[in-house]
Amino acid sequence: MPHIKTSIVFAERNGIKLKISGAQILLRSLKAEGVDTIFGYPGGAVIDIFDTLVKEFSEEFRFILVRHEQAAVHAADGYARATGRPGICLVTSGPGGTNTVTGLATAYMDSIPVIVFTGQVPTPLIGNDAFQEADIVGITRPCTKHNYLVAQTEDLASTIKEAFFIATTGRPGPILVDLPKDVVQNKAQFEYPDKIEVPTYKPNVKAHLPSVKRAAELIRQAERPVIYAGGGVITSGAHKELYKFASMLNFPVTSTLMGLGCFPATHPLFLGMLGMHGTFRANMAIDNADLLLAIGARFDDRVTGRVEEFARDAKIIHIDIDPTSIQKNIVVDVPIVCDAHDGLSRLIEELEAKGRSPKADEKLKEWHSKLTVWRNQQRQRFDRTTEIIKPQFVVEKLYELTKGDAIITTEVGQNQMWAAQYYLFDNPRTFLSSGGLGAMGYGFPAAIGAQVAYPDKIVIDIAGDGSIQMNIQELATVVQYKLPVKIAILNNGYLGMVRQWQERFYDQVYAHTDITVAPDFVKLAEAYGAVGLRATRSSEVENVIKESLKTKGPVIIDFVVDREEGVYPMVPAGAPLKDMILV
Amino acid sequence: MENRKVISALVENKPGVLARVAGMFSGRSFNIDSLSVAPTMNPEFSRMTIVTHGNEAIFEQIIKQLRKLINISKVQDLTRGDYVDRELVLIKVKAASIKRAEALRIVEIFRARIVDVAQDNLTIEVTGSQGKIEAILELLSSLGILEVIRTGTVAIPRGRKGLKAGDSGD
Repeated sequence: MPHIKTSIVFAERNGIKLKISGAQILLRSLKAEGVDTIFGYPGGAVIDIFDTLVKEFSEEFRFILVRHEQAAVHAADGYARATGRPGICLVTSGPGGTNTVTGLATAYMDSIPVIVFTGQVPTPLIGNDAFQEADIVGITRPCTKHNYLVAQTEDLASTIKEAFFIATTGRPGPILVDLPKDVVQNKAQFEYPDKIEVPTYKPNVKAHLPSVKRAAELIRQAERPVIYAGGGVITSGAHKELYKFASMLNFPVTSTLMGLGCFPATHPLFLGMLGMHGTFRANMAIDNADLLLAIGARFDDRVTGRVEEFARDAKIIHIDIDPTSIQKNIVVDVPIVCDAHDGLSRLIEELEAKGRSPKADEKLKEWHSKLTVWRNQQRQRFDRTTEIIKPQFVVEKLYELTKGDAIITTEVGQNQMWAAQYYLFDNPRTFLSSGGLGAMGYGFPAAIGAQVAYPDKIVIDIAGDGSIQMNIQELATVVQYKLPVKIAILNNGYLGMVRQWQERFYDQVYAHTDITVAPDFVKLAEAYGAVGLRATRSSEVENVIKESLKTKGPVIIDFVVDREEGVYPMVPAGAPLKDMILV
Repeated sequence: MENRKVISALVENKPGVLARVAGMFSGRSFNIDSLSVAPTMNPEFSRMTIVTHGNEAIFEQIIKQLRKLINISKVQDLTRGDYVDRELVLIKVKAASIKRAEALRIVEIFRARIVDVAQDNLTIEVTGSQGKIEAILELLSSLGILEVIRTGTVAIPRGRKGLKAGDSGD
């Protein structure tokens, strides 16, 4: 009904404020925020919004209909991680909302700006146990940065403005906005605020200069420094500053899982990932460092191993935008609350004005030769001679054949760790993985989000046969929208990471981790109208990858891999980093 | 109690704010010994007084996590400075004929008040600091306490230091 829109525009040009419906307000607000893509699933409580979306806004938004609401949030999250812009999600009340919880918790742990709009029963029915009613604001309070129940149509525009502001500033995070059906149907005047003030929310982005000076002094004297970079470097767009900082000082860099891509993995200063499945040399570097510079990272237990012994000889500088991350797990010497971009920029200025002591630089050379020794002592390795497919070999081939230029998403478990270890990420926003929550089923819908954002990029979900089945229904989505996502299943018939722990620490009792009963993934792909390929021998790996990359549409590649291959090196949970199990 | 801490938080007077605070405490396994909340002179804000305990590291996290909640305007650790704290307690004690005189004596000593009298019991209202409340409860326990209802602590800094939005001392 284009005439409705025309009359609104006409009225507004003439200074007349017409009242429009809550649904129209919502969609016009999203437009004002620059949103062009919405992921979601319809239902009774949001039927008015969907109606308005199709009748009046079909030109403005690309709507991606997923097949399960959890996938809608993961897809919006993948979109946000790949682009840096907030991901938007629209679902119905009750089960529509409760299905978003895993997606919200994922985005919350990894600080991803996702905004979920849920339908709600009409305000007079709230609290009556109405059909498809759930207290979604109550349910999602601990897994969102903030959430709202919009009580009246008049509050809608300002609430949306505030939601975008809070989601994307400070330490970003997911926001849920609950929309009762009558609020969506009722009319109000629409005016989208240009700016919003939230007096109780003032994130601190700028570094405290005296702290920067203290940090710079430690950096000037450091003999065995390590930069430990996390996802905050990517979030704040500080990868260039990190590059400049590390190269000007010649400091080695290790990264968390969330930080992969924030510093080029192919750069000689890169030590690889640290922590439980980090490289030997990254962990040895932490263990022997005299200065640790943590930037946009939060000392997660998977990173530190036994906290008491983590970097025990090192002075620690910690740059993070979230004050609660500082002094939470580790006592640090110089805390700086600011975003990684500002922190690094100020440090660069300080150190350009006055450089490092020549004596410390002499010692730094020795440190580098030690790091080389550690690298040579234990490189990541696997058996390359066998015809049984090694999962690491698949990832290495994916890297080689995509020339490192793909966006990689992962599921959770062994597939995730092999992806992190064997694909080399040179650019930020190219490795999308559920780091904090560790949500199986994340990778495929996240790949959908990334592919929607970048239709011409190669997007590959590195999956396990367990995880992929948690959101396998999205095959219909990729077929419907012709999204050429590639799914590489490292199929070992096990919930492999748990099986690996059972092998090492639970007497080889494989309690319910054998999942050999599974669909034929090639036929399954075909059943959905996608392409299915399979490799059962190492010599076939290269060809099926090439074949999949040539294929225009979505492809599942079923790599039948060594059933008992483990992820190594490994630091057992709660052990100090230096106690690595190497093979 | 070891490491007793009194926190004063100025929060927006909106639905769900108490749930956010309580949920943060329970979700992170922090202790709440008492919590009292009511609107301030400015009805847009409420004041929460939260009494908690724990070591310094945990306490630092509590303060930071409170500040991180979007609806919280100001958070202050009152135990860092001088403050006055009070709690109101209603105590129902057995007070049959012989014990009644003893109960009245205790009430007088503590400047408490009798707010209800029945055949064999008295209800006493007492206001005071933590120490005073504990002392009167101990003395009355020999008479036989039937019921104790406590409001939880409310507290305010001494001197000119205020708690309102815009005041220093955050």
